[in-house]
Amino acid sequence: MSETIKTKVLVIGGGPGGYVAAIRAGQLGLDTVLVEADRLGGTCLIRGCIPSKALIHVAGKFEEMTRCASDDSLGIRLPAAPVLDMAEAQRWKSGVVDKLNAGVGALLRKAKVRTLNGWATFSDAKTCSVRTEKGDVTVSAEHVILANGSVPVALPDLPFGGRVLSSADALSLQELPKRLVVVGAGYIGMELGIAFARMGSHVTFVEAGPRILPLYDAQLTRPVEQWLKKHGIAVHVNARAQGLAQGPDGPVLAVANGSGPLALPCDRVLVTVGRAPNTAGWGLENMAVDMNGRWIKVDSQCRSSMRNVWAIGDLVGEPMLAHKASAQGEMVAEIIAGHRRSFDPVAIAAVCFTEPEIVGAGLSPDEAKAAGIETKVATFPFAANGRSLTMEAGADGGFVRVTARADNHLVLGLHAVGAHASELSGEFALALEMGARLEDLAGTIHVHPTMSETLPEAALAALGHAIHL
Amino acid sequence: MAQYAFKLPDIGEGIAEAEIACWRVAVGDRVEEDQPLADMLTEKAAVEIPSPVSGRVIQLNGQAGDKVAIGSVLVLLEVEGESSGELPPAGVAKPAAPPPPAPVAAAPPPKPVTGQVPAAPAAPVVPRAAGEKPVASPAVRRRAQELGILLSYVQGSGKAGRITQEDLERFAAGGAVGSAPLSTARGPRDAVHEIRIIGLRRKIAEAMQRSKQRIPHFAYVEEVDVTALEEARAQLNANRRKDQPKLTLLPFLVEALAKALPDFPAMNARYDDEAGIVRRYEALHVGIATQTPNGLVVPVLRHAEARDLWDTAAEISRLAEAARSGKGTREELSGSTITISSLGPIGGIVTTPVINAPEVAIIGVNKIVEKPVVRGGQIVVRQCMNLSSSFDHRVIDGWDAARFIQRLRALLESPVTLLVR
Ligand SMILES: Cc1cc2nc3c(=O)[nH]c(=O)nc-3n(C[C@H](O)[C@H](O)[C@H](O)COP(=O)(O)OP(=O)(O)OC[C@H]3O[C@@H](n4cnc5c(N)ncnc54)[C@H](O)[C@@H]3O)c2cc1C
Repeated sequence: MSETIKTKVLVIGGGPGGYVAAIRAGQLGLDTVLVEADRLGGTCLIRGCIPSKALIHVAGKFEEMTRCASDDSLGIRLPAAPVLDMAEAQRWKSGVVDKLNAGVGALLRKAKVRTLNGWATFSDAKTCSVRTEKGDVTVSAEHVILANGSVPVALPDLPFGGRVLSSADALSLQELPKRLVVVGAGYIGMELGIAFARMGSHVTFVEAGPRILPLYDAQLTRPVEQWLKKHGIAVHVNARAQGLAQGPDGPVLAVANGSGPLALPCDRVLVTVGRAPNTAGWGLENMAVDMNGRWIKVDSQCRSSMRNVWAIGDLVGEPMLAHKASAQGEMVAEIIAGHRRSFDPVAIAAVCFTEPEIVGAGLSPDEAKAAGIETKVATFPFAANGRSLTMEAGADGGFVRVTARADNHLVLGLHAVGAHASELSGEFALALEMGARLEDLAGTIHVHPTMSETLPEAALAALGHAIHL
Repeated sequence: MAQYAFKLPDIGEGIAEAEIACWRVAVGDRVEEDQPLADMLTEKAAVEIPSPVSGRVIQLNGQAGDKVAIGSVLVLLEVEGESSGELPPAGVAKPAAPPPPAPVAAAPPPKPVTGQVPAAPAAPVVPRAAGEKPVASPAVRRRAQELGILLSYVQGSGKAGRITQEDLERFAAGGAVGSAPLSTARGPRDAVHEIRIIGLRRKIAEAMQRSKQRIPHFAYVEEVDVTALEEARAQLNANRRKDQPKLTLLPFLVEALAKALPDFPAMNARYDDEAGIVRRYEALHVGIATQTPNGLVVPVLRHAEARDLWDTAAEISRLAEAARSGKGTREELSGSTITISSLGPIGGIVTTPVINAPEVAIIGVNKIVEKPVVRGGQIVVRQCMNLSSSFDHRVIDGWDAARFIQRLRALLESPVTLLVR
C-alpha cells in the first residue's frame, strides 16, 4: 500500500529555488515537504554554477602555472611545466559539490522540512505521486511551489550522447578533450569553452548569431573577444553546426556559415545553445496552469493561474539565474506564511565567468536610451587602478562603467569587464537597490587598494572630474 | 517621567477582541485626558477609545486593521513624574506585543503642547508616471508592502525623489492609503492599486460572505401598484404638522410589515443554525439597510409594531443620520428581526438582497416607475414598484414567502386597509 502525506507546502525541485523556498517555509513553521528526483542542490550545485566555477578555478591555476614554467615576469619560475590530472581535478570538484549537497540536506533538516527522493508526477494541481526507492508516496498539499528548473536544449542534428556533450557532461569529463568545438557562444558555452582552453584543449566556437555573449553590449564583450584572439581561439559567428561526420583525420563537425561550409576537427562537441524550462514529464498538463510561451505564467508574487500553485526560478522565465530563483523561493514561502511581499528588484546582477569576467546590473546605456532616458555615462579603466595592476589584471582592457540619469544622477546601470570583476557585483546590486546617485558612489570612501575604487572614479568621471584619469 | 501602558478596556459584553479602525493620535503627540486615542471596531459598532491620562504618545501597538485583544496594551504613554502622586497605576514599560519596528525609532522630537492633536502631515499625493519606479531602498519597499502602501503615491524627500523610511511612515500616519486620486489623462494605464479590506468594509465583507455561505437564499419578486399609496402619501405630506417629518415610502412599508407579520410569524425571526433554533419575535425590530460614506450599515428601528406612521418616519430619519455620521451606538446597530433594503430612486428593476444573518427574510425595494397597465381591458398609466425579497429556504418555504409578499402587496395597494389602526 502506498503512503499518503498531507502537507501545507509541497515544493518540487531541490535547486536554489526549491530548496530555499522549503527552508524558509520550514523556518516559518509551515509543514513542508520537498521532492527532488536527483541530488539536492539542483542544476546550480550539481551540474551548473558550482562545478563550473570549480573547473574554471582549476583552469586558472593551471594556466598560471604553465606560464610560470616559461616566463618568470613575477620572479616565480617553475622548473618544469605542470601536468593536469583531469580525474584528480574532478575528484576535488566533486568534493566541493558533495560538501554543499550535504549542507543543503542539513539545512533542510534543521528547518524541519521532510525531503522525498524521487520523481513527482502530478495528477491534479494539488496532488502528486512520488516514485521513491521505498515505494510510491502520494503527497497532497494546500500550497504547491513548482521549482522544476530547466534542462539543456539539444540540437536535432547533434543529440546528446557519444561525442556530443551537454554542459553537465562536460563538467564531469574525466579526460581533457584535445579538440573541443563549442556550439553556442552564450555565457555557459563561453565559460566552459574558455576553461577548457586554459586547461589545454584546442577550442573552437561556433555561434549562429552575429556575435558572442549577446546578453552584453559590444563594449563589454570586446575584452573577451581580444582574449580569445590573443589565445588563438577561433570563433565562427553566423555559423550553424550541422552534424558530425567522419573526416580523413578523425571526426569533424560540419558547419555552414556565410562564406561556405567548414569541417572542424573535434574529439568532442559541447552543445550549449540554451536551456529550456523543465515543463514535460511530470503532469504539468494536469494542473491547469496558464503558460507564458514555454514558461509557466506567474504574476509579481509568483502565483500561477491556479490558486495556491506557485512557480519560481528557471521555470518562470529570464533571467534564468540561481540568485533569482532563490529570491523568488524565499518570497513565496513568506507570502504563504502571510507576509506581504512581491518580487520587485530594481536589478538582478548577472556575471559571466569568462576571461576576463563580465558583470552587469541594471540598464546599459543603449537600454536606457531605448527607454527614452537621457543619460550620463562614464567608464574607468582597470589599467588606472592600483590593485588591478598588483594582480596583473590591468592589461586585459577591463573597465567599469556607470550609467546614470542625466537630470537627477540616479544610477541606472553598473557594468564591468576585467579580471576579478565579478567581485564588484554585490556593490553594483546594492547601489541600484538603494537608489544611489552618482554623488553617493563618489561620496563613499572605498578601500585602497581595491578594485572597488574604480566605482567612485567612474562616478566622478560621469560628474566631470575624475581624479585618477 | 513615568510610563503608562494603556490597555484596551472592555468595550462590550462578551467581546474578546476589537479591530483598530484608525488611530486618532500619532507617536510623539501630546494627548489630554479624555482625548480619543483610537477608534475601535467591534462586531457592530465603532467605539471611540479615550485616553484615561494626559501624556505623550510613545508607542502605538498595531495598525489600522489589526485585531487587538481586550486587556492588551494599546498605547504606551509618557506621563508626568511620580511626584504628582495621582498617577493611575503605571503599566509595564515594555508592551506585550512589539509593534511594527518603525514608529518608535521614527518618533519625531517633542512638539510644543497645543492642546489639539496635530494631524499627521499627509504628503501631497503624486502618482508617478506609469512604469516609473519609485526610488526607495529594499527595506523601505518591503515596509511599504507590509503597510499596504503603494510607493508610487509617496513623495520622496530625498535627492532624486528617493523615499526615506520617514517619508513612508509619515504617509502611513496620514492614512492616505489607497485614497489617492487616479490620473485622469486618457491612455493605457498599468498601475495596480492594492486596497486593504479593513475596518467597516471588512466587517461588511465578512458579514456578507457569512450570510451567502450559510444561508440558502431564494428570491421572490412581485410587482406592486402603488398609485393609490402615492396619492395617499402626497396628501399626508401636504397636511403634515410642523413637527412631523416628511413621509417617504419606507414608513408605509414598515406599517405593512407590522400589519402582516402577526399572520406570518415565521418571517420575523432569527435562526440560530448552530443551536438548531428559530426564534420568532413578537416585537418588530426592522433593520434599515443604509448607505453611508464608509459603506453599508444597518441601523435598527425598534418596536415598529408599537409606532405610528409619523413616529416611524421620524425614527428612521434619526437613525439614518446617526449612521451616516458614524455615531450609531451598538444598541442602534444590532438586534433587528427583519431587514428592509432600499436603493431609493436608483433602485433598479429587480435586486437579490442578501439576508442580514441570522435573520430569515429581507425585503428589497425597487424604484417606482410609471408604466402602462391593462385594467378592465383599458391601458392606463399606473405607478408601479417591484418588491424583491430573499428568504432563508432552510426554514421558510416558497409558498409561505409568496403568500407573505402577496399580503404586503394587498396592503400597499389599498392604503385604506393599511392606514386603519
Ligand atoms: C553550466 C551552468 C552554469 C551556470 N552558472 C550559473 C552561475 O554562475 N550563476 C547563476 O546564477 N546561475 C548559473 N546557472 C543557472 C542556474 O544553475 C539556474 O538558474 C538555477 O539552478 C535555477 O534554479 P531552479 O531552482 O529554478 O532549478 P534547478 O536548479 O534546475 O533545479 C530543479 C530541480 O528540480 C528537480 N526536478 C524537476 N522536476 C522534478 C520532478 N518532477 N520531481 C522531482 N524533482 C524534479 C531537478 O532534478 C532539479 O534538481 C548555470 C547553469 C548551468 C547549466
